[in-house]
Amino acid sequence: MPHDRLERVQAWGLNSASMAHVYRPSTVERLREVFELAHRTGRQVALRGAGRSYGDAFQNSEQIVLDLSRMNRVLDWDPEEGIIALEPGVTIERLWQYIIEDSWWPSVVPGTMSTTMGGCLGMNIHGKNAWKVGPFGNHVLDFDLMLPSGDTVRVDREGDPQLFRGAIGGFGMLGCITRVRLRTKRVHSGLLRVFPQRVRNFDEMVDSFEENADAMDYMVGWADCFPGRPRSIGRGEMHFAQYLEPGEDPFPAQTLRVENQQLPDTIMGLLPKAIVWKLAAPFVNNIGMRLINTAKYHAQLKPGAGKPYLQSHAAFAFLLDYVPNWHHAYKPGGLIQYQSFVPKEYAADVFAEQVRLSHRFGMYPYLAVTKKHLPDDYLITHAVDGYSMALDYPVTRSNRKRLWKLCHEMDEMVLAAGGRFYLAKDATMLPGTPRRYLPEENLRAFEALKQRCDPGGMLSSNLYRRLFASRGAPEGGRAGMKAASLQHVGRSA
Amino acid sequence: MSPFSNAIIIGASSGMGAELARLLARKRVRTALVARRREALEELAAGITKETPKAPAPLVYPHDVRHFDEVPTLFQRIAHDLGGLDLVVYCAGVMPPVAVNEYDFGKDRMVYEVNVLGAIAWLNEAAKRFENQESGVIAAFSSVAGDRGRKGQPVYSSSKAALNTYMEGLRNRLGHRGVRVVTIKPGPVRTPMTEGLKMPFMINADEAARQIWAGIRSSRTTVYVPKKWRAIMWVIRSIPSALFRGKDI
Repeated sequence: MPHDRLERVQAWGLNSASMAHVYRPSTVERLREVFELAHRTGRQVALRGAGRSYGDAFQNSEQIVLDLSRMNRVLDWDPEEGIIALEPGVTIERLWQYIIEDSWWPSVVPGTMSTTMGGCLGMNIHGKNAWKVGPFGNHVLDFDLMLPSGDTVRVDREGDPQLFRGAIGGFGMLGCITRVRLRTKRVHSGLLRVFPQRVRNFDEMVDSFEENADAMDYMVGWADCFPGRPRSIGRGEMHFAQYLEPGEDPFPAQTLRVENQQLPDTIMGLLPKAIVWKLAAPFVNNIGMRLINTAKYHAQLKPGAGKPYLQSHAAFAFLLDYVPNWHHAYKPGGLIQYQSFVPKEYAADVFAEQVRLSHRFGMYPYLAVTKKHLPDDYLITHAVDGYSMALDYPVTRSNRKRLWKLCHEMDEMVLAAGGRFYLAKDATMLPGTPRRYLPEENLRAFEALKQRCDPGGMLSSNLYRRLFASRGAPEGGRAGMKAASLQHVGRSA
Repeated sequence: MSPFSNAIIIGASSGMGAELARLLARKRVRTALVARRREALEELAAGITKETPKAPAPLVYPHDVRHFDEVPTLFQRIAHDLGGLDLVVYCAGVMPPVAVNEYDFGKDRMVYEVNVLGAIAWLNEAAKRFENQESGVIAAFSSVAGDRGRKGQPVYSSSKAALNTYMEGLRNRLGHRGVRVVTIKPGPVRTPMTEGLKMPFMINADEAARQIWAGIRSSRTTVYVPKKWRAIMWVIRSIPSALFRGKDI
């Protein structure tokens, strides 16, 4: 393997890194050549889009990482039907900017617009409308999948339902998506009507989700997870949003312009966004984040707060993009995002218990975000009929072991409640945990697909070896993977 | 739990290298053992697996450190086999007996090839990789002998001095990139290299390995083994060179 291909590949959460031979093909032919190279050299291949997974999903220690961000062409667009065909490296940013002035918006978007189509499909991402329209995969008409053999198959829900349900959410373990066709959502304005609401604890949060589920198009909750009064665990703020009906926006052509959607370049009209993470870094500690969380909660009490307002789609959807490179504020140890999905009858209790357990561990989530979900039929699914909560914890050299232990204890609560986890976020799960929350028939079907699409076990990743390789999956005679995936990054905490 | 997951030990088949391999296995570090003699390596690996069955089995790579051209390919293969790398320790070293009136260039050349050029071949690879990786530890076995030029071993002493300066240079190249470069300076240790020699303050190789391991994990740049050699060598270095003339020290 050429020496100069060896690169450091780091988790988005900065919580782990490893070395891999990175290839960035720009065409399908070049992509096939990388697969051939992998066959020739006996290396395994992991797929990477924008590298926004928080953990080791796109890492592949000492093997090949196939970065698809340069395969980023829009192949076809039908502005009448709202159907678009894209290469896997096209980002959500490119997609919404491409279609919005024709009065369309992506059916599902994550909290950042940096992710790619390949990543969105591979992880089957969800948005703040997950309970209403399901995950990303529900809006895929068909896709082309290049198998490790170099052959490409076109997959749709009718023709090969099993492969459709397996490759979407299959975290790149069955093949590489080279083209995807999506159905987008008709919008009649560039604005959403947003309703903020204060909630005093997790019970109120769940009630609020349930009350608003029918009327609203988007829902997201934020919770302050620092210790306070016992009854106010999960106090926070909800944001609901509705599309505008035709005619409600008098100037849709204007509000739908890309430049009227853009997030502000400066914060508070003054500070360039690019430097904000450096200014935020001194606050990324227990005291600073407690202050910020408390202030955010109490800001809702000021006069005028709580009233509905209009906001652009991009400003409502892409909360993570307000501060570019915000994850650098967590340097040097980085962060993990612990996201669990819990059936609705247990959600409020499990979330409150997770927060209480964190307090007992002396660890405080700096950010907590909740969403509502619906179950789906994908083989590797994270969705449940209930709620998810994502907790951001800082990682330091000294807290790392204990933080992992906290996560494992929280895992048990989630598993006992019939909950699930999401591989795009995961950095901490123990080997075998996915086998405890995924239905047995899904696992069997996925393993059968793996045998069918990738009998040589060429597609792999640190995450796959960490969580799945213990049974059924081809090992390929490669040594030392588990240890490698745990390589520490933080060098001074 | 060790902060390291994967290590290469070059010169692992005997002496302190072998003891370090045993110790790393006890710390659950996966090791790649490199040395000239295959049988000795395999025997060591089998012994380690027997002593610490729960440890990851060491991987063995017979290689003569004087075959410099083989190093880049072998280094990459080892990193691949290990599945990652965060520690490289160069232990290979020779000190053939030399009479005070002996000037055998063949011997001298071999000393430099093993002690210096082999180290450079291996540690250059480690440096290149760890610089990109922005982490990792590079360690090399030097010797207290490198702190002065002695009558008994001009070439051995100077080879260790060359290694010291090379390591210092690497440290200055890589220190700000998150890579630690550790020079280990053992005093006399009972190993095959010192067999039959009578030297002051001799310690056993397993004790030396323990102290080396502590040094690798510490934040020190130069580790004397045992620690008292730091003070002793400070004194010896302070003695004007003229006083050494003709003396057998």
